[in-house]
Amino acid sequence: MTALHLEFDVAGNNFVSAGSASDEVKKTLKMLGVDAQFVRKVAIAMYEGEINMVIHAGGGKAAVDIYPDKIVIVLADHGPGIPDIELAMRDGYSTAPDAIRDLGFGAGMGLPNMKKYTDSMDIQSTVGKGTTVTMTVNFAA
Amino acid sequence: MKIKEIVELLDAKVYCGEDMMDVDLHSACASDMMSDVLAFVKDQALLISGLCNPQVIRTADMMDIKCIALVRGKRPTDDMIAIAREKGIALISSGHRMYSACGTLYAKGLQPGEITV
Repeated sequence: MTALHLEFDVAGNNFVSAGSASDEVKKTLKMLGVDAQFVRKVAIAMYEGEINMVIHAGGGKAAVDIYPDKIVIVLADHGPGIPDIELAMRDGYSTAPDAIRDLGFGAGMGLPNMKKYTDSMDIQSTVGKGTTVTMTVNFAA
Repeated sequence: MKIKEIVELLDAKVYCGEDMMDVDLHSACASDMMSDVLAFVKDQALLISGLCNPQVIRTADMMDIKCIALVRGKRPTDDMIAIAREKGIALISSGHRMYSACGTLYAKGLQPGEITV
């Protein structure tokens, strides 16, 4: 049963608004009285994913389902896709251009951080078609 | 360490959060790379950064960071000040370089943050 479903359009190449979807999710979870440490994990994982969509994919869609026992975040884009997911998951590996590094991102830690802060993460990607990342964070028992 | 002590030690200018000067911070992290900051989860922290764009504020907000100290005399943009004010984050700027800002605060007892997931 879905307790709450949220959807967001993430605009590409807009660094001022980047992070606003994660901000909304964070606010919603706080309003629901969810534990602060849990909220932070979800916010960070989603924020990294949102930034990835802005940097690499020209934006996309974020769907968040909040269940009584877990939260599921699906980030879907129609960007260039990831040719080698294993390589992309490696700490420090990044294809971000220097202009993105000047903005404080592109250190090759986005995907590893997302994995670290979630209980499961699945990446489906087709080169030339896009990427869908599904992350699940379980509420502590 | 209270934010007002940080302002004093770093000879910093306060851009917003004047009402937060008595907030006590227990740890700090310093980086120009936001993903480094996002690998750090800790309450009541200070973020020291030479990066000056709205994502510094967003990143700090995701982490529940209470105060951002910009170094090397960086001046925050109006956008940054507006987001920081909305989020309840004190935003200060110091002429110190990153190394001396960190050294100064560390020597006065502000602890580095540990990564706790």
